Amino acid sequence: MTDLHFPWLELSILIPLIGAVLVQRLRDPVQARTWSVVASGLTLMSAFAAWEDFGLLNAKEADDAWHLLSRLFGHELFVIDQLSAPLLPLTALLYTLTIFTTLRTKIRRFSFPWTLVSEAITLATLSCKLPWLVIVLLAAGTVPAFVELRTRGQSTRVYSLHMGLFVGLLVVGGAFVAIEGERVHSLLAILPLLAAVCVRSGVVPFHCWMTDLFEKATFGTALLTTVPIAGAYAAIRLVLPIAPGWVLQSIGIISLVTAVYAAGMALVQKEGRRFFCYLFLSHSALVLSGLEMVTSIGLTGALCVWLSMILSLGGFGLTLRALESRRGRLSLIDFQGLYSHTPTLAVCFALTGLASVGFPGTAGFVGGELLVDGAVETYPHFGIAVVIAAALNGIAVVQAYFRLFTGKIHVSTVDLSIGPRERIAMLTLVAMLLLGGLSPQFIVESRHHAATELLDQRATLSNDEVPPHQP
Amino acid sequence: MWELDYWIQSLGVTVVAAPAMLLAVLGLLSLLGRLKSEQTISRIVQCGVVVGLMASLALLGLMLVTGRRHIEFGFGHWVSIPNYDFWIKFEFDRLNVPFVLLTFILCGTISAFSTRYMHRESGYVRFFVLFALFQLGMIVTSLACTIETLFAGWEMVGLSSALLVAFFQERPAPVRNGLRVWIVYRVSDAALLMASVVVHHLTGSGDFDNFLGRAAWPEGHGSLEGSSALLVGLLLLLAAAGKSALIPFCGWLPRAMEGPTPSSAVFYGALSVHLGAFLLLRASPILDVSPPLCVVIVVLGLATALFASLAGRVQTDIKSALSFASLTQVGLIVAEIGFGLRYIALVHIIGHACLRTLQFVRAPTLLRDYNAIENAIGDRLSPGAVPMSRRLSDRVAAWFYRLALERGYFDAVLTDYLVRPFVRAFEWCDALERRWTHFLSGDPTPASDKADRSPSSLDDLA
Repeated sequence: MTDLHFPWLELSILIPLIGAVLVQRLRDPVQARTWSVVASGLTLMSAFAAWEDFGLLNAKEADDAWHLLSRLFGHELFVIDQLSAPLLPLTALLYTLTIFTTLRTKIRRFSFPWTLVSEAITLATLSCKLPWLVIVLLAAGTVPAFVELRTRGQSTRVYSLHMGLFVGLLVVGGAFVAIEGERVHSLLAILPLLAAVCVRSGVVPFHCWMTDLFEKATFGTALLTTVPIAGAYAAIRLVLPIAPGWVLQSIGIISLVTAVYAAGMALVQKEGRRFFCYLFLSHSALVLSGLEMVTSIGLTGALCVWLSMILSLGGFGLTLRALESRRGRLSLIDFQGLYSHTPTLAVCFALTGLASVGFPGTAGFVGGELLVDGAVETYPHFGIAVVIAAALNGIAVVQAYFRLFTGKIHVSTVDLSIGPRERIAMLTLVAMLLLGGLSPQFIVESRHHAATELLDQRATLSNDEVPPHQP
Repeated sequence: MWELDYWIQSLGVTVVAAPAMLLAVLGLLSLLGRLKSEQTISRIVQCGVVVGLMASLALLGLMLVTGRRHIEFGFGHWVSIPNYDFWIKFEFDRLNVPFVLLTFILCGTISAFSTRYMHRESGYVRFFVLFALFQLGMIVTSLACTIETLFAGWEMVGLSSALLVAFFQERPAPVRNGLRVWIVYRVSDAALLMASVVVHHLTGSGDFDNFLGRAAWPEGHGSLEGSSALLVGLLLLLAAAGKSALIPFCGWLPRAMEGPTPSSAVFYGALSVHLGAFLLLRASPILDVSPPLCVVIVVLGLATALFASLAGRVQTDIKSALSFASLTQVGLIVAEIGFGLRYIALVHIIGHACLRTLQFVRAPTLLRDYNAIENAIGDRLSPGAVPMSRRLSDRVAAWFYRLALERGYFDAVLTDYLVRPFVRAFEWCDALERRWTHFLSGDPTPASDKADRSPSSLDDLA
C-alpha cells in the first residue's frame, strides 16, 4: 500500500488528545479556549495536509508514513482513502470553528478537553477501516456527550438507552460477521449492524435520542456529536460491503420516509434547537437513503450531500448557537426581529440554511440533483420523497429565518452584533459553500471515485448482483 | 467566420456575466459591510444593466445581420462524471431574445426609479442585492438551454421574490405574505425539479435539444410522446401555475403587493408573473404532441382570466386591483399558448409587461394623476360602462361579489384542506414524541417547552 510522506493521520489524532490533556490542567477557561483553538487548529492543518498528501499520491488508499502503529500493533490501524480524505479536514474544521466561536459567556459550560477528545475519536473513526476498530471507536464516540450530560446534571436515560442499544447491536452484528468469516453473511449478522446504523443516524423511530441530546447538552456538543454523521460512516464501512441489495433498498425507503417526516416535523417546531435537530435528521436520512441506493449516481449524490451538509448545517448550527448565546433558547413562535442588530448573522443564517437545501450556486446543489436522480431511478415510487423533503426543508429554513430575524423591531440595551470570531467562522463557511457551489467538479469527481471504489469493494465482498458503474 | 463565432461567444458570455458580476459585487460588498453610499450602489447597478443590455442588443444585431435564428453558447461541462453531465449552456432564439431585452430594459428602468423611490430607506442595500439576484435569475431562466440551468434561475427568482415581498420586515404582515409566496414557489420548484428528473430519465439528459427538438423555436418537434409528454407537460404546467399565480395558486399574487412598489412592478406586473407562461412557451413542442395537455392549459388559463377579472373588480386598493388585472392577462396568455398561438402570446407578454410596469410605478400617485386629468378636462372622469352586476339578481350579484371578495376561496380551501391537516398531523406527532421522550427520560418539562408561548407558527400562516 502507498505511504503518505508524513504520519499526518496519527498526528491529527494525537494532537487533540495531547491538547485535551494540557487543557484539562488549565483553570482559566479563557486560556483553555485559546489552547483548544491552537490544538484543534493544528489538527485541522494536519488533516488538511493528509488530504493534500493523499491527493498528490494519486492512490486508492494510503497508510501513514513510518508505520509507527504497525510496530506497536502489528497492523496499520489508520488509512486514508477517497471516502475519508475530504471528510477528515471538514470534520476538523467543524471542531475548530465550534471551539473558536464559543463565546466568553459559554466557556464555563462548554467542556474543551472533552471536545478535543471527541475530535480525536471522530477523526480516528473516519481514518479507520478495520471493522472491529470502527465498532470500538464508534462506541467510544458516544462517551463525550454522555459525560457532558452527567456533568450538567441532566437525565442520561434516553441517550444511554439508545447508545447502549447502538453499541450492543454493533457488537452482536460484528460478532456474527467475525464468526461467519469470509462466506456470504446471513441476516443475523447484517440486520443488527443495519439496526445499529439506523439508531445512530436517528432513523424513525430511533431518533428521539437526538432531540433529547439537543435539549440537554450544550449546542456545541450536540452539533459535534451529530453533524459528522457517524452513522453514515458505520453504514459504509460495516453494512454496505456485505448487505444484499434488497435489504439496503428497504432501509433506503425507511430513510426516505424519515427524511419527509423529519422535514415535516421541522416545520412545526417552536424552538430553535428542536428545529435544527429535525432539519439535521431529514438531511442525514437523505444521505443514508443515497448510500443505500447502491448505484453510482445515488452514492455520489449522497457523498456530495454529506460533505456539503457538514459545511452548511455546521454553519447553520453555529449561527443558531451564536443567536442562542445572545438570546437564550430561541422561540420560533413569535417574531424576534433580530435583523437590525445582527445583519451579517442573518445573511449567514439564510445562506447556510439555503445551502443545506441545495440552493443553486451553493455546494449542495449538484449533490441534491444527483441524489434526486439516483432516488427516482432506484425507487420509482418513493424517489419523489427526496423532492418533497427538500421542498419542506426549504420552507422550514425560510420560516425560521423570518421568525428569528424579521417581523418586529427588536429593542435591546446590549450589543447583539456579530463578534469578530463569529464573523471569521461564518464567512469562512459561507465562502467555502459558495466556492463549492460555483466550481463543484472537483468535489463531485472525487466523490464519484469514492462511490466507485465502494461499489467495487461491495462487488468483491458480497454475493449480491451489483452494477458497479451503472447509474 | 471564426471571428464571428468568437464575438457571438463573447457577447453571449457577457449577457450572463454582467448580472452575475453585479450580484457578486453587491453581495460581497454588502456582506463585508463595505457598501454604504447610495450613489455607489446606483452606479454599480446601472453599469451592470447597461453592459448586459448592450451585449444583448449587439447579439441581436449579429443575429439579424447574419440571419442566424438560433445561437448556442456555453461554459462547458460544469459537472461531468460517467453517466451524468451538467452542462451550463445558454441559447438565443426568437423566444428568449425579446425576454432578455425586456428584462434588461425593465430592470434598468425600475432600478433607476428605485434609486429615488428607495432613497434613505433602511433596506436600500438589501433591496438592490435582491434585485440583482432577481435579474440574474431572470436572465439565466430566459437563456437556459438545459432544464437544470432553467431550474437554477427559477429558484433565484423565487427566493428574491419572497424576500422582497417581506422587504418591510419590521412588520409581521409582509413577512407572513413573503412566507406564503415562498411556500407556493417551493411547490412550483418541486414540480419543475420532478419534470427535470423525468426528462433526464426519458431522454438521458436535460438538454432542451433532446426533448424539444433541434429546430429553432417555435418549430422544434418534441421527442417525447403520449403519456410521457403528458406527464412532463403536467409537471411543467404545475410549475408554471405556481410561478404565474394560476388557479389554484392565485392567492399569493395580491399578497405579494406588500413589497416595495418598484419590485411589485417588475416582478408581478412584468417579468416574474410571466415566467410560467415563458416556461410553457419554451416547452411548446411538448404541447404540440399532447392535445389533452393543451386542453388542460386552455381551461386553466381561461378559468384564471375569468376569476381574476371578477376578483379585480372588487379590490379596494390600486396595487391589488392591478395585480388581478395582471393575472387576467396572464390567464389569457396561457390560454393563447394552449391554443397554439405562440407569437401572439409572446407579443402579448411584451406589451402587457411594459404597460403594467408603467401602471404599477404610477400607482402611488394615482389620485394625483386623476386630479390632474380632471383639472385638464374641467370635469369629472366618466364612471365607465354599466357593470354586469346591474343585470343580475341581487342574490346572484351578492354571491359573485362575495366570491370575488374572498378571492375565490382558493386560499381558504388550500389552508383548510391542505395546510391545516398537515400542520395538525405533525403537531400530533410532535406531542406524541415529546410524551415518549419524557416517559423515557423521566424528566420534568424540558427547556424547549419553555420557549412555547403561543400556538404553532404555521397556524398564524393558516
